[in-house]
Amino acid sequence: MSRQQIADPQHLLFEAPRHQSFITGSEAVAEAVKRANVDMAIAYPITPQSESMHLVGELYEQGYIKDFYRAENEFAVMAAIHGASLGGGRVFTATSGPGTLRAMEMFPVWAGARQPIVCAFMCRGVSLPPSIQPENIEMGMLLDTGMLMLHAEDGQDFHDMILKGFVVAEQPDVHLPVGVFVDGFFATHTKDRVMLPPADLKLPPYDPRSAPVPTFDMETPPMRVTRDPLLNKSNFISGSANASWHQEILAAAERSRRHLRKCLGGLLEVQNPGAKIMIVASGTAVSQSREALRLLRAEGMEVGLIKIKSIRPFPEAELAEATDHADLIVVPEFNAGGWLGREVKAALDNNRRVISAPRIFGGMSMPPGLIVETIKGAMGTKKRTAAGV
Amino acid sequence: MNKPIFQISPGFEEIMPPEYRDLVANGPYGKGFGVGDLGAYKELVEEHPLCAGCGLALSIRLALASLPNPEDTVVVGSTGCSSLVFPQVALHNIHSLFGNQNAVASGLKRALKLRFPDKEKDVVVIAGDGATADIGLDMVMQSWFRRERITTIMLDNEAYANTGGQESGMSRQGTVLNMAPTGKKFPKASIPEVAQAAGCAYVAATSPAHPKKLEKAVRRAVLIAREVGPTYIQLLSPCPTNYKFKPHETIPLIKQREKEGTFQNQEYISEEAQRFLDSLEEARKK
Ligand SMILES: Cc1ncc(C[n+]2csc(CCOP(=O)(O)OP(=O)(O)O)c2C)c(N)n1
Ligand code: SF4
Ligand SMILES: [Mg+2]
Repeated sequence: MSRQQIADPQHLLFEAPRHQSFITGSEAVAEAVKRANVDMAIAYPITPQSESMHLVGELYEQGYIKDFYRAENEFAVMAAIHGASLGGGRVFTATSGPGTLRAMEMFPVWAGARQPIVCAFMCRGVSLPPSIQPENIEMGMLLDTGMLMLHAEDGQDFHDMILKGFVVAEQPDVHLPVGVFVDGFFATHTKDRVMLPPADLKLPPYDPRSAPVPTFDMETPPMRVTRDPLLNKSNFISGSANASWHQEILAAAERSRRHLRKCLGGLLEVQNPGAKIMIVASGTAVSQSREALRLLRAEGMEVGLIKIKSIRPFPEAELAEATDHADLIVVPEFNAGGWLGREVKAALDNNRRVISAPRIFGGMSMPPGLIVETIKGAMGTKKRTAAGV
Repeated sequence: MNKPIFQISPGFEEIMPPEYRDLVANGPYGKGFGVGDLGAYKELVEEHPLCAGCGLALSIRLALASLPNPEDTVVVGSTGCSSLVFPQVALHNIHSLFGNQNAVASGLKRALKLRFPDKEKDVVVIAGDGATADIGLDMVMQSWFRRERITTIMLDNEAYANTGGQESGMSRQGTVLNMAPTGKKFPKASIPEVAQAAGCAYVAATSPAHPKKLEKAVRRAVLIAREVGPTYIQLLSPCPTNYKFKPHETIPLIKQREKEGTFQNQEYISEEAQRFLDSLEEARKK
């Protein structure tokens, strides 16, 4: 292991000269973890996550991570990660589809315990029928767990969002878990150009004293944290205590917007802002939409594209502003449920403008032509409606 | 003890509740107290909401009084009646979910080891029989397979008490409980044997009917977990509310079970653990 210097996050993330690499998304994960000064990682294998965590295991072997083990199942992984974080460690793990659902009960616990855990999700289908193919339905199931959710489009995003995830998660006024999501295989198993910061730099170590909640180490006061169980008491005091704790989790997520804007350059990104037809997408559906834009432009149609980078918090205000002038808003996504379409509809006025399609699931890649057809079909419908047919 | 955790910031003395101030002045931290000192210091458990005569309350009180280093002990609990006590316990303690306690403890112990390489931080799991032998057994056993340096204490009231007295894997065969309307159809699980087979260096079964035995078991278990490997203690802690006996009958009931032969105090010490205990004894004599 080459000796790493501690770098100011601002320098590591934005200023240090980057060099170009040609790597898979899984390798991009390991490159991020290598620079994140992680104390401990825990893993349980599942396709398409496994490659990343093999590489993270190698980082442990090379001395970049201080402790690492293969746990017994994903619920136990997330529980042990929770324990390690409560003990004051900076932790990382990753999983996919069925692993996410197996671990489900732990995610609200992370947020409730105000833990700056960073977890990567290499999204895939969930059974039945069984599928190891890309799909991101699990994201729709995690929307209200209290964790911050970033959706990476490609290897570059995946790398950057993991590294930046630690920085945002650990802000004293945030201190919440960050999930970094990609559409499995598309982004994990394909090679792409990724610009990497120097490998001899790493983030400063996590300082548990910056946490808004005490670390469980018998060093951090107070020695007795509470006085009464909040549990099982149906009275005004415990109800209020419980509710205000939840409100504070939501408020912390709101406060994260400021940090996310700085780190990600905005919660969303707009291409062709003036177009009357806008595509709103996240993850690899953005890449497919870029291709659809190219096809449409060749036919002389101007269409805009909004890439949503942060799903939680959701950029409601930015989205409303960016679509204010639009007549038609198309939301393509990689799942059968259409959770992004619902989010978009809930954020906008006059949401009949929103077409929540195409939805691709079962493991197919999304043909850009299908996005084009959806747009043309919707325009046809609109014309007919306008003509009163 | 003058670690900052046991001090009150200047100016806050009057704001802290009186029993907290009492803990600072008269708590057991760093004093090496044991169960024989109960009554002579401010205990770790403040008043608790468990039922009168609850076996769990007796076991928890004694187990906490037996910890060799409360000042550096973090407890991991689980959902169940005992989780109503721990918010009132003056040790850092974690309750996250039902059954995940040994996984949480595994991560916690390792993180504390990384952060305090030169200090012993004891991690002790204290959870119900349902949490340990049923819903969490997977994670309990896996923590033993991995030889995690933690102590696991089961509070065995032979039922899911907190949810209203249902059958658990630790209920005895034939017992009629909720969800076992015609009586339990299979025998009480033998977790001490499982613990031995799964790699525990020390295993004990006892009860609050024998405070000194319980103390010895807890001390040994915590010390052995530091140096040798995982340890397990099972404490028979009957539940008067769900088994419908009178609060003052808890201890007599345990004694009756011993007499009948339906409960045995047991202790298993691995060879390595025995050598370690011998070395402690040698050092003490010198
Ligand atoms: C995942 C989950 N399933 C079920 C429950 C309901 N539950 C809470 S406490 C409990 C029983 C606890 O039994 P045990 O561990 O023996 O503790 P006791 O209350 O008997 O001390 C159950 C089933 C829960 N909280 N979480
Ligand atoms: S229900 Fe049983 S185990 Fe629970 S507090 Fe009451 S006596 Fe104790
Ligand atoms: Mg029980």
